[in-house]
Amino acid sequence: MGDTLLFDAMIYLSAAVLVVPLAQRLGLGSVLGYLLAGIIIGPFLLGFIGEEGDELLHFAEFGVVMMLFLVGLELEPRLLWRLRTPILGMGGVQVLASTAVIGMIAYFTGFQWNEALAIGMTFALSSTAIVLQTLNEKGLMKSRGGQSSFAVLLFQDIAVIPILALLPLLALGHGGGGEGGDGHGHGGGAMDGLPAYVQTLLTLGSVVFVVLAGRYLVPRLMRIVAATRQRELLTGAALLLVIAVAVLMTLVGLSPALGAFVGGVVLANSHYKHELESDLEPFKGLLLGLFFMAVGASIDFNLVANNPVLVLGLVVALLIVKAGILFAIGKSFGMGLDQNFLFSLGLAQTGEFAFVLLSFIKQEGILPGDSVALLLVVVAISMAATPLLMLFNERVLQPRFGTREKVEQSRPADTIEEQRRVIVAGFGRFGAVVGRFLGANGVRATILDNDSDRVDLLRRMGFEVYYGDATRFDLLESAGAEEAEAIIIGLPTPEQNLMLVEVVKKHFLHLHIVARSFDYMDTYDLMDAGVLHIFRDTLRNGVAAAGETLKLLGFRAYQVDRHAHRFLEHDTNALRSLAAVRQDEGEYADMVRGTVSDLEQQMKSDLGPNTYPRDYGWDSESLVKEFGEA
Amino acid sequence: MPKVLILFAHPALERSRVNQVLIQGVGDIPNVHFHDLYQHYPDFYVDVQHEQELLLMHDIIIWQHPLYWYSVPPLLKQWIDLTLEHGWAYGSKGVYLKGKRVLNVITAGGGHAAYEAGGYNGFTMHDFLRPLEQTAKLCGMEYLPPYLIHGTHRIDQAGAEKARKDYHTFLRALGAGEVDPEELKPLYYANDHRILNPVK
Ligand SMILES: Cc1cc2nc3c(=O)[nH]c(=O)nc-3n(C[C@H](O)[C@H](O)[C@H](O)COP(=O)(O)O)c2cc1C
Repeated sequence: MGDTLLFDAMIYLSAAVLVVPLAQRLGLGSVLGYLLAGIIIGPFLLGFIGEEGDELLHFAEFGVVMMLFLVGLELEPRLLWRLRTPILGMGGVQVLASTAVIGMIAYFTGFQWNEALAIGMTFALSSTAIVLQTLNEKGLMKSRGGQSSFAVLLFQDIAVIPILALLPLLALGHGGGGEGGDGHGHGGGAMDGLPAYVQTLLTLGSVVFVVLAGRYLVPRLMRIVAATRQRELLTGAALLLVIAVAVLMTLVGLSPALGAFVGGVVLANSHYKHELESDLEPFKGLLLGLFFMAVGASIDFNLVANNPVLVLGLVVALLIVKAGILFAIGKSFGMGLDQNFLFSLGLAQTGEFAFVLLSFIKQEGILPGDSVALLLVVVAISMAATPLLMLFNERVLQPRFGTREKVEQSRPADTIEEQRRVIVAGFGRFGAVVGRFLGANGVRATILDNDSDRVDLLRRMGFEVYYGDATRFDLLESAGAEEAEAIIIGLPTPEQNLMLVEVVKKHFLHLHIVARSFDYMDTYDLMDAGVLHIFRDTLRNGVAAAGETLKLLGFRAYQVDRHAHRFLEHDTNALRSLAAVRQDEGEYADMVRGTVSDLEQQMKSDLGPNTYPRDYGWDSESLVKEFGEA
Repeated sequence: MPKVLILFAHPALERSRVNQVLIQGVGDIPNVHFHDLYQHYPDFYVDVQHEQELLLMHDIIIWQHPLYWYSVPPLLKQWIDLTLEHGWAYGSKGVYLKGKRVLNVITAGGGHAAYEAGGYNGFTMHDFLRPLEQTAKLCGMEYLPPYLIHGTHRIDQAGAEKARKDYHTFLRALGAGEVDPEELKPLYYANDHRILNPVK
């Protein structure tokens, strides 16, 4: 591998860089892009990846571990507690029912009961990697369907532990099976030979250790590392953290992904949350990408070519069965139709755990090698089909059966529809405040949002709401962008905001754009895109909070008010000049170093009590000087 | 041609009956610049430098506002406090406004009679305007008699339109240099000028 490592890296990265943007431009999403890239460089097309594909898959699975760590970081313990019903209820029912139904089908098609059960358990699980990545990309994580998907995936991650423990028991004296107490755990084996109760104690102990370490040890460690002021060391520490958790969990036979998730939740309240997030994000992205490529490359097209009907039949049957069960669960938990489509189609595939479980099943001798090979292909294809299913849901099902994009007006014909002058794109925390204050001034806005539960609620309250992706030209058009005067842009991510700005600038140039931004960087982007009215999320609030504090310290309220005003003015001007020179990269880097990254320095020079002009009109010093000599 | 700057102060223009009509189209009159203070500084954060630059560019300054409690609305007072800095507008080095002319354009609920000596309000309009008059003088400016629209409570649409026509005639003449400020000085109110009162 040694000298080919760089060459391999080049192949993978070029495939990703070439194919993923193309897939995204075609509206297929990045996951499908990576899968396609994997298929292209895989053994059956270009042949750049050969046998090492499996190895690669194992390595890249670490991306899933990292993703769950990051998911955990976003999820405070309180939030997790609120999700306990869907996790246990929906997740439990899903795993049990899918195992039972898939197992039954396998049994009646000629498998032994133990083989059928193993298959059932393996195929009950879904792909955390594909589902979460796709939901994130579409901004649907916070919707009801997204939350429920997450809950079920979490339960499945937990369920892997008992499943791994059960499998050796299913090896009913087949040839090479059940090498004694091979325990659970696919990599480790450090605890082999220990009595069962010691193993259990060690397992529990290591979870407790992760929780305690996350609370007490890690923050201290991070502080020490941060004190060195070496950026790369912080990244290294973040990586170490995740890897260490994964290793520990593997040793005691728990799922590394689950361990990482617990570690993440414990650190969700720490100071280093954002540091960790930004450090790990790119690694996660690349590793996941690699993982998806490996999945694409692992599809054995020879097998497909030899039994096309069988393979595709199995995939379709699997998807239908799983989706059907999920749909019934969604329905009984009171999910609306389109959230339920998202939920049931999204989770219908089989996930990355199946790769682990199937190789374990083969190793234990539960199933013969050729059956396992066939099943592996089914797993991979079902995963690859997921983005397509989501697309099908978005383009075909939702418009037909989901929350209507627009509610048909059923008003008496004689009331003249008042003209909607403003469109609010994104009715989240920001958009909601904007919409309310506009409404308080008698300006009824047209709302665009892609959370169908919220859309239903708003419609019940009599708002004019369009449901769907606000960056779509046709949705904007039917929402009346042609006649409106202004659009408020407050979508959940900077990327979506920017995309919408581009669409508006291109097709509805007459609209005033009022946009919400998140931080410096996306504020520049919006400025570059020609947006004149930008409201940075925390700016005004932060200044107001500081002002309030100054008043508590005894500053005069009106003085604070005027200084706050001046501060905001200065901040805006500084940003403007920065945005203007940003084109010139070199100069930009200097400016950033001077003003933005070194925030503390900037504030010192900005707000020194003597650096701003005072309100000389209220100054009597010079008067005393000129007229004071009596 | 003299350049005219209207500094307009009305805190609730959307409810105004008279001023709203008066200012329609004033910005189009040649040599007249209309500057809406409450629109620019809703937070009373007067941009002093900008205001001083505007003053430098004009020869005749008009403070236009409704009469509130015998005085100016608060933002106009804020404008005066902050813009007319010592060392710029007055004092030994404050020479920049010297020779300019100032007058008030005022709408008042009370009628003419209510502002006569011994009338309902006790003092004349000129009495109430003394602080502004002296402010102008301290800055080396000439304070001209005010232009008054009395009895706004009883003005109807047609009356407002008539007031607007007169006001615009006056402004146009000022901007065109057809009204010599010297001729205004001896008048009681600026709207007594012959341009609005042709001899029958
Ligand atoms: C707070 C307040 C104070 C006022 N004080 C006076 C006053 O002292 N003398 C007077 O004649 N009119 C007074 N008025 C009446 C206003 O001058 C009159 O409503 C205004 O000039 C009409 O112009 P508009 O229609 O453009 O608002 C007052 C009105 C308000 C709201």
